[in-house]
Amino acid sequence: MSEPIMPDPREVLRLEGVRKSFNLGTPLESEVLHGIDLRLCAGELTALIGPSGSGKSTLLNVIGLLDPPSAGELYLLGRPTRMVDDEMRTRLRNEAIGFVFQFHHLISAFSVLDNVLMPLMIRHGKPSAAEIDLARSLLDEVGLAAYADKKPTQISGGQQQRVAIARALVTRPPLLLADEPTGNLDTRTAQSVFELFHRINAQFGCAVLVVTHDPRLAANCARTVQLVDGQIVSDALNSPLDGQTPPPN
Amino acid sequence: MRLLDSLWTEWKIALRFLLDNRLQTLLIVFGIAVGSAVIVFITALITGLQANVIERTLGTQSHIRILPPDEANRVLPAADGALTLLLESPRAQRLRSISNWQDVRDVLDQDAQVLAVSPVISGPALARRGVARASVALVGIDPQRYQRIIPLAEELVAGELRVGAGDAVIGTELARDLGLGVGDKLRLDAGEGREAVVDIAGIFELGVRELDERYVYLDLKQAQTLLDLPGGVTVIDTTVAQIFEADRIARRLARLTGLRTESWMDTNGQLLNALSSQSMTTEMIRVFVGISVAFGIASVLAVSVVQRTREIGILRAMGSPRQQILRVFLIQGGLLGLLGSACGGGVGWGLVQVFNLLGPRLFYIPVDPTLVPLAMLVATVTGVLAAALPARRAAHYDPAVAIRYV
Repeated sequence: MSEPIMPDPREVLRLEGVRKSFNLGTPLESEVLHGIDLRLCAGELTALIGPSGSGKSTLLNVIGLLDPPSAGELYLLGRPTRMVDDEMRTRLRNEAIGFVFQFHHLISAFSVLDNVLMPLMIRHGKPSAAEIDLARSLLDEVGLAAYADKKPTQISGGQQQRVAIARALVTRPPLLLADEPTGNLDTRTAQSVFELFHRINAQFGCAVLVVTHDPRLAANCARTVQLVDGQIVSDALNSPLDGQTPPPN
Repeated sequence: MRLLDSLWTEWKIALRFLLDNRLQTLLIVFGIAVGSAVIVFITALITGLQANVIERTLGTQSHIRILPPDEANRVLPAADGALTLLLESPRAQRLRSISNWQDVRDVLDQDAQVLAVSPVISGPALARRGVARASVALVGIDPQRYQRIIPLAEELVAGELRVGAGDAVIGTELARDLGLGVGDKLRLDAGEGREAVVDIAGIFELGVRELDERYVYLDLKQAQTLLDLPGGVTVIDTTVAQIFEADRIARRLARLTGLRTESWMDTNGQLLNALSSQSMTTEMIRVFVGISVAFGIASVLAVSVVQRTREIGILRAMGSPRQQILRVFLIQGGLLGLLGSACGGGVGWGLVQVFNLLGPRLFYIPVDPTLVPLAMLVATVTGVLAAALPARRAAHYDPAVAIRYV
């Protein structure tokens, strides 16, 4: 079952004819995604753009294994995932995917450091000293080492988003998904968060998919996928002359 | 080990969630504490009261009395085909000895369920002093054995427990009626010319008017002579370890000895009835307080689950399994129950102490040392059970929907 169909060692995610319908089997049935084919490789920084209602978030939920596709198949690290049960999907989310959401979504009851450690705690309970060191170094990476013991409510929105990024990276996931990570931030903060994605992508070599509706930020990514009405209408590599370093190979 | 490690996370999240919402937690803990305090106090009070009543009742009587069988008319069987018309008048029950009572005593001494055995001879007599007369019950005892049934020596208000050789011990009421004190003489008349003059060696007060007014304790020999039953005893008094098994044990002893038995439960039917109604009332109060505590916990957690929808969504998105979310809320329920009942148990215990110190001092309430821990255990389990519904709901949130909840 876990045999990769296409033995490309760099492939992290592959979507084949993915469809997603809501209210299946009722008069209100509506298809939001109409057969998506997409492939993401390690080290790629991809922007997913599209107007509101084009199905970006739905696609991200499907890719993030939060919602199973209605048809088609999604291969994560070469393994088909459509038919796996909730328990397995949950485990895959924890082990293979890092999430960054628009509204930061930190858990306010926990300190910044505990928030970063949360995916590891969920996985196996009390984090080891090495894991705590890793979390601290990730906080350092996002420039928030000094805020480790603060509560999320005590730091700014941009800082919260960077904590969320550190949290998404703590499990060293091969796939990092970000849903409008800058949508809630002012331009300058947005730019710095985006630069952080670049750095992470270069440093950790994970596949990064960022949903954004800011064309300037999208242009900063190596690749832009455009979604309109539940279909991919363009998928292009941006010129590295846009002032960005290309993803490392 | 893996489960324990994983539970660490559930504990941490549950504790943080409770601490994060301090006011809500405090309010429900207070509510649970009040409920637990009521349960602990009322349980201790009623248990204490009942133990006290039973102790007082059984302090002056044996648990099982073994008596000779009643005398009955024997009707000759009619010849075949004959019609018998029978007019029967019940027989008067004269004072009779238990036959072979020494053997019966020895058998009872060996019985594992019987604690103490005391053969007694008792019958009616008149007590006279000068012109004053009082009807009394002569009770011939073996003091050593009888002490283990009713601790008479502890109830003495004057003199000593000495019943042999012309000595007798009487109750305070009788002493007052006849104007007797220790060392005075009392004439006992058991009828048919059997009389004796005894010295008052001691005066007891059992606190039961009937006994204090009528009982005259003698030794077996004097009483046997007065009652004209040489070497006989009319009753064997026994006590048992499990007092509420007394009626069952009494039936067994009746089969064992072939004699008539009477347990304290037979002779105190009304008391038992009152006690069991009281127990039922207490039980109902406990159940209803318990239910309202459970509903309190459930409703607070139901609110908390809604408040935390988005956080539950985040946890699920980060790979927290449904079971983990379920456990987080079950632990919260258990913790609330434990915390509330610990406070409430302490308060209830304190109330009992205050009652003992400052109350009407009718009786002392001992607190069973297991009561508070037991209440805490029950409250914790109740908390977990009450949390089940909200926890299930939390565990079944769709993460994709929950995460967008505002």
